[in-house]
Amino acid sequence: MNLSAIFGEALRALRQNRLRTGLTMLGMIIGVAAVVLMLSIGQGARTKINETIAAMGSNLLLVVPGAMSSGGFSFGSGSVRTLTINDAHAIAELASIRATAPVTSGTVQLNYAAKNWSTLITGTTPEYFEVGNWTMESGTAFTESEVRSAARVVVLGSITAKNLFGDEEPVGKTIRITNRPFLVVGVLMAKGQSLTGRDQDDNVFVPISTSERQITGNQFPGSIRYMLVQGASANEMDIAEIEITQLLRQRHRIPNGKDNDFTVRNLTAIADVATDAAKIMSIVLGAIASVSLLVGGIGIMNIMLVSVTERTREIGIRMAIGANQRAILTQFLLEAMMICIMGGLIGLIIGIGGAWLVSQVADMLIVITVGMIGLAFLFSSAVGIFFGFYPARKAASLKPVDALRYE
Amino acid sequence: MSLTQPTHSTQSLIQLEHLCKSYSLQDAHGHTITTQVLHQIDLTIRQGEFVAIMGHSGSGKSTLMNILGCLDTPTSGSYWLSGRNVATLSSNELAQIRNRNIGFVFQGFNLLKRMTALDNVATPLLYAGISRSKSRQQALEFLRRTGLEDFAMHQPNQLSGGQQQRVAISRALINHPSLILADEPTGNLDTQTSNDIMQLFEQLNRDQGITIILVTHENDIAAYAKRLIHLKDGRITIDNDTTAAAPLHEAE
Ligand SMILES: Nc1ncnc2c1ncn2[C@@H]1O[C@H](COP(=O)(O)OP(=O)(O)OP(=O)(O)O)[C@@H](O)[C@H]1O
Ligand SMILES: [Mg+2]
Repeated sequence: MNLSAIFGEALRALRQNRLRTGLTMLGMIIGVAAVVLMLSIGQGARTKINETIAAMGSNLLLVVPGAMSSGGFSFGSGSVRTLTINDAHAIAELASIRATAPVTSGTVQLNYAAKNWSTLITGTTPEYFEVGNWTMESGTAFTESEVRSAARVVVLGSITAKNLFGDEEPVGKTIRITNRPFLVVGVLMAKGQSLTGRDQDDNVFVPISTSERQITGNQFPGSIRYMLVQGASANEMDIAEIEITQLLRQRHRIPNGKDNDFTVRNLTAIADVATDAAKIMSIVLGAIASVSLLVGGIGIMNIMLVSVTERTREIGIRMAIGANQRAILTQFLLEAMMICIMGGLIGLIIGIGGAWLVSQVADMLIVITVGMIGLAFLFSSAVGIFFGFYPARKAASLKPVDALRYE
Repeated sequence: MSLTQPTHSTQSLIQLEHLCKSYSLQDAHGHTITTQVLHQIDLTIRQGEFVAIMGHSGSGKSTLMNILGCLDTPTSGSYWLSGRNVATLSSNELAQIRNRNIGFVFQGFNLLKRMTALDNVATPLLYAGISRSKSRQQALEFLRRTGLEDFAMHQPNQLSGGQQQRVAISRALINHPSLILADEPTGNLDTQTSNDIMQLFEQLNRDQGITIILVTHENDIAAYAKRLIHLKDGRITIDNDTTAAAPLHEAE
């Protein structure tokens, strides 16, 4: 008997018992749908984190003033002012470093026309936009010479721009920052939340010199809140960290044996932790969903065993008219596999539909990949083979005479 | 007991030598009880014979038929079918023999449920590797020969007993077997229908030379056969083998 004929016999048997086939399939449908849904949620979370990390910029080090305390480090605590713009310039000269961006910050009041808006101000250099992987929605960043001349130019974060200007084009307009006029030269593309959940788009950026002299003022001239450092290559980040530490200790004249008055943090390493966490989450979700697939598989095995017992006489008749063991085995295996694969396909569709629903209702990023679809398909056929084999073998190994005599 | 090697003439379709069959059962105390159902059966059946096997209930007729049909295996002794020792054949080869060389007709018809008469008749062809459409075509032809073409699309529960048995006979014949084994084929049928079925067997034996072995309890059914074998408690007590005396004449 060729495979297509056996396939036909298996299909006929499934059709003869529609209700049972449907109920068995339901176990499979739920299992596969759960796996697809969980995988897509997990994958969505990973993609979201990866996007955030990519938006953050690559090979980033954060240098903040103050020693690292045992309980972690206090990010940008205003009291310690040991880092300077010149430190940033010096670090930028290191071979392992591509660029540095010194940052000062504060809170300011903005005005445009009748609108008021209070937000964060960042004083920095043009490198900041490069290192932080910012792209311009319109206009440009301020320039090196505008930093040198402490020009009154400003780059707006997307939310700030939206709040002040609405649908109006901000570039070329003048806004007032603490009552001084500033020319808007650029608007940044939105980035969303940072890894720590902070909104990065409600912010304005001015040259660091302008900020220090005209807006926030500075009781320690030249000191900065923190600096972003971009390493030259991903595999030299450790070297970069060591070189920065050596250079800063030397510049700050820290004698051997004394603690650093600054802290170097590898942001990429922090990102890795977040990525790992997301990965673990999706594995856990997948594992939980797999349990339901397993239960579905056991359900199939159970039904197939009942089916073999119930159809013992049929098996006997088939053997008497010439079915060999392989034909019987193949038929029962195919029955189990068809239940699994059809259930798998329906489950896949429901899983994708469910994922879409979750993305709409919970406003979550849901990612469905071809690999996931393949995996669901592979998984359900594997379940079919695994749980279908034992009942099928049981059917095939019946002695013809015993099967025929079975009541 | 003979020590001489028996000869296996090509004319003998079936040759049984000292064939025994026993069953082991556990009794209520967990002891194994062995009951011997067939005792040292020696039997030769040649191509083209029409044999009736009779005997009391429990005498081992069905057991013998199942062994002849390669559905069961003897406990000891040997069974030569068309010159081949059945004990040496693999389960695949046995399945093929059941498919191509033997046709079964049972008392309870044993048709596949919820399947049309046509598909029931066609199934042995599917197991022989013939395509579904060709199988159905041939099956229809066989149903026509047994006068059932109008019932091709009926399922077994929509057919009378006689019709079901004729479907079963069509199924038994479809692969052109050389041997038909019928265990009480008329056991569930009325006299008129039984005679129709027996005439069909007689005709198959006469016109196509198909060997027929049938089990029956009724003398007038057995009367259709040319040779009568009586079993009693697993032993052959009567065998009116009219041709055995002159096997050489048979050979021509
Ligand atoms: N699977 C089995 N296990 C144990 N004993 C069995 C088995 N099959 C048959 N027997 C025994 O073998 C003996 C012969 O049974 P068999 O079915 O061959 O009788 P039979 O001649 O066909 O009878 P009937 O005319 O009633 O059909 C019986 O005593 C029966 O109990
Ligand atoms: Mg019997």
